[in-house]
Formats: sequence, structure tokens, C-alpha cells
Amino acid sequence: MIAINNLSKIYQIGDEVVHALDHACLHVSPGEFVSIIGPSGSGKSTLMNIIGCLDVADEGEYLLDGTPIEDYSENELARIRNKKIGFVFQSFNLISKLTAEENVELPLIYQGVKKAERMERVQEALERVKLIKRSQHYPTELSGGQQQRVAIARAIVTRPSLILADEPTGNLDSHTTLEIMDIFHELHSQGNTIVLITHDDSVAAQAERRVNILDGKLTEVK
Amino acid sequence: MDTLQQSFRMAVKSIAGNKLRAFLTMLGIIIGVMALVILVSLVNGATSSVTDAIAALGSNTITVSIEDDKGKGVTLDELQEWAELPNVGEIAAQQSESSTTAKYDSNAESARLIGITSSYFRIQNMSVMLGRPLLTTDVENHSDVCVLNNTAATELIGYSDCLDEVISVNGHHFTVVGVLEENEDSLTSAFGIDTLEIYIPYSSLVRLSDSVSNNIETFYVSAAEGKTLEDAETAMTAVLYERFDEDEDAYELDTQDTLEETTASITSILTVLLGGIAAISLIVGGIGIMNIMLVTVTERTREIGIRKAIGASRGVILQQFLMESVLLCMFGCALGIFLSWSVLQAISVVVSSLGMTFDLDGKVVLIAVLFCFAIGVGFGLYPANKAAKMKPIDALHYGG
Repeated sequence: MIAINNLSKIYQIGDEVVHALDHACLHVSPGEFVSIIGPSGSGKSTLMNIIGCLDVADEGEYLLDGTPIEDYSENELARIRNKKIGFVFQSFNLISKLTAEENVELPLIYQGVKKAERMERVQEALERVKLIKRSQHYPTELSGGQQQRVAIARAIVTRPSLILADEPTGNLDSHTTLEIMDIFHELHSQGNTIVLITHDDSVAAQAERRVNILDGKLTEVK
Repeated sequence: MDTLQQSFRMAVKSIAGNKLRAFLTMLGIIIGVMALVILVSLVNGATSSVTDAIAALGSNTITVSIEDDKGKGVTLDELQEWAELPNVGEIAAQQSESSTTAKYDSNAESARLIGITSSYFRIQNMSVMLGRPLLTTDVENHSDVCVLNNTAATELIGYSDCLDEVISVNGHHFTVVGVLEENEDSLTSAFGIDTLEIYIPYSSLVRLSDSVSNNIETFYVSAAEGKTLEDAETAMTAVLYERFDEDEDAYELDTQDTLEETTASITSILTVLLGGIAAISLIVGGIGIMNIMLVTVTERTREIGIRKAIGASRGVILQQFLMESVLLCMFGCALGIFLSWSVLQAISVVVSSLGMTFDLDGKVVLIAVLFCFAIGVGFGLYPANKAAKMKPIDALHYGG
């Protein structure tokens, strides 16, 4: 599913050279639930951006579903993000002018899915996060937990190969965190591949496999 | 297609969500469209009433001016001969003295003394209200008779019904045999100038005046019945060409068409000029649109980032912002056209006494719509492209 070999990303900040990723290696098999844990500044965000095809590495190899993600044009990367990856962000990142339903529908519009099928799949996704009743609400009318559930619905509506969650519970209280994690467990049990990035040990511990990141280097937690 | 629909819905939401800003932005376009549509429609309205006035002057004559008679002047006999030509209807000579003093009793007025041949009134569509017109025999006999226009009758003699009264012009006496009907459509009355006109036989004027001779300098030609003015013009050109030893510069033929053509070219220059000025204000409006679109793009950086993260291509983002700027322009355009229509209606009511009507010109409206569309695309392209080029990670993390 994900094969990362010797991936490096180097930033130059003034005179200082920062190795955000330093020959990182990671393999994730289909159906796995992996958490990547590390403090801030450890290269988490860089790894997340590269796995999410929002950015490309300077060196090394990244295969997603067997496809090498290198030297792609911006539009090709957009298409890969659209079809293969479902993002869940810490700050939800919903579009405030669109209703919950429209937010979930958006990636399908970009895919060119027909209206009737779109509506069906949006309903199905909202059902899975138990938000059918709120489908006509705008993000500002929803609680944090509900907004994150809409974001999860948006991530799964395209039936992606990979659900990529970046601190999905970072802005939520402990009770809502449990709710959201329950949804992730459920998605995992339905066979979805999930990569969850966090700095919270208790969240990371819920994954079936844990990987540490520190100074751009990845190590498995046994 | 669905992305287009989505872009449209988003653009409407974005505009509706910021009504005051959208209105202020559109104001430039509204004013520009109003300037364009109103100015051009006003020119067109005025043009049609001026053209109507010119057409009413009688567009069925050719005016021939002799520039150089080559020592052999055109005579009345020659005119009579030419009048027999096929295609040519009637020919009338006319010559005038503009500042003569006409006297009746103790009353003296400055008047225009016009020497004519008998067919002149028919060619010029002038009709006699009282009495009779001048006849061929009057011209042949140098008769001391005259026909007055209504202004001359009322101002010189004091009343219209003045047949058989005797007036004196430069010491010569003339008996009034006819009074002309007032012609409201004539060029002089159109411009509000009322001159006293005294028509006498051409031959009488030759005797009276030092400057007018038997050599005719100007004459009018009408077309024969069932023939066009062009046919008559062709015939006259041919005969004059021969008469003046194949020298085209010796004479000049003018038709009312030439006057109409001149008017048309003047007004079309005016239309282009005013339209151009209005177009400049539309371009200024377009700069306003570009400015606000740049602000919108910056404000919505994060939204752009989200859209790109979930798979929007450059083209989709470009389309969305382009749609918004085009929509802003088109809303502005529609409002501008509606307001122009209202203003033109109001002006028409105010000037209705002048007999002018100002309607929305379909062509100008079409030009305004196309121009606004072009401005929406032209000035929206840079901001939209700026949005489309944003890197997803930068946009996503913009402002927190």
C-alpha cells in the first residue's frame, strides 16, 4: 500500500540546513491501522504532506498502491489526492460556505461522479458517521466533534486507498476524542487502511501498529 | 459540467455573502455601462430626428452648381432643353439676392429676393396657399409679379391675405400674386430662422440685380416620373460632361443623399467617440473588479488549500474565481442596462415636446454585455490564476 524507502526532505532556513526527513523508511500494508507519533518539530508534518501527496520528497522513493509518486505535475498530484487519499485534519478544514452535505460532495464533484450517484454516496458516508440529520447544516452550526465527523465523511466518500489523519483529535475534548476514535476503529474493521499522525500517546496506543518519528527518522515501536 | 455548476453556485454565494462590497465593486461597471448605453442611445435618438428633418426637406432633387462656365454660361433655354431628356423630370433655376430692402407703405424690411423659374415650387414641394404660383409666361415677359412666403406677407404687409398689393424692392414695384403655405418641415423653420422671402421671375431678377446674370449658376433637377434620382443624376452627369468639354471640375452635382451621408458619418464618428470615452470608464470599473478579486483570493487562501487537498485541479480553481469576476461584471452590466433604460425613459418624457424619442439601442446593449464579459474575463484572469497557482501546503496552512 505505502512503501517509503530512504526518503529525505531538506529545508534551508537561513544558514541552517534542517533534515525534516532523514532517510526515512516505512511500509504500510492494506488494511493496517498505523499511528505515527512524535513531538512537534520531529518531521511529522513533512511526512504527512509527502504521504498525502501535498508535497514531494527531495530524495528517496515513495510508492502509493505500487505507483511511484515522483516528478508528477501538480494536476496529476491533485488527481491522486482526490482518488486515493482521504484527509482528516486537526482543524477540520471544512468550507464554511457549504453545508455538511455539500462539503462531503465536493471531492466527488472533482472526480466527475454523476449527480444521482453522488447523492447516494454522500448519504451513505454521512450515515456512517451518524450525521444524516445534520446534512443541511453549515459547519458553524455544528460542534467540533460533528465537524470532524463531516470531515471523516468527506474523507471516506471517495472510497480512498488510504485515510490520512493529521492530529484528528487535537482540537477535541476527551469525550469527543473517544467518539472520533470509535469511528476510526469502525472504519479499520471495515477494511480501510488508516495512517494516523499524533503526538498523543493515548491516541497512538489505540492503533494496531505504532511508529515513532524523531529528527526525521522513523522507528517501529514494538 | 458539474464543476461549472458548482463554481456558479459558489460565486453566487460569495457575492451574496458580501452584498455591500459586491455592489461597490459593481458600481464602476454600472456607471461605465450607463455611460456607454445612455450616451450612444442619446446620439442615436438625436440622429434619427435630425435625419428625419433632412429627409423631410425633400430628398428628390439634385442641386447642380456651375463652378466654371468656360466663358459660355448656361442659359434658361439650355435648361429647358435638358428637361426634355429621358429620366429627367423638371429643371428649375434659382438665384437670390440676400440683403435687399422691401418696402410696403412706410414699412421697410430686409428680405431675400429670389429669382426662380416656374417649376421651382413643384421641385421644392412648396405650395401656394393663396393666389397663383409664378408661371412660365411671367419668366418670359419679365413680369413685375411676386410670390411671398408667409413670413414676408405677415411681417412686411401685416396680413397673409395680401393679393394684388404692390411692394417695392430696391425701387422696383412688384404685385403680389401669391402667398406660400408655411412649411414647418423646411430647413429654415427647423432651425428656427424665419426669413422674409420674395419670389420673382428669374428674368426680372436679372434686370434688377447687378450680380445676377443670364448665366445660371445653380439649378435644381428632379427625376422623371417612375425614375430614381440616380437615373436623373446619371443623365445629367453625362450631358454636363459633354457640355463642359469633359471637365469634371466645372460643375458639381449634389443630392440630399450626400447631406444624409454626411450627417450619418458625423454621427457615427460621434457614437464611436462617446462610446470610446464610456469604454474607458468600463475599463476603470474592471480595475476595481480585479482589485477586489485579489482581496477575495487572499481572504480565501485557506479554502483554496482545502479544495486543492481534496483534489481540485488548477483549472477548477481558476474557473471558480473567473466565474466570480465574470458574474460580478454581468450583474453590474444588467443593473447598468436597467438603470440606463430608466434614465432614457425619463429623458424621453422630459424632451417629448421636441419630438425626439430615446430607446435602448439593441446593438449598444449587446456591445455592453460583450464588453463586460470581456472585462470580467480579462481582469479576473490574473487574480484567478494567482489562486490556481497556490501551492496546496502553503494555502492550507495560511493564517494558522
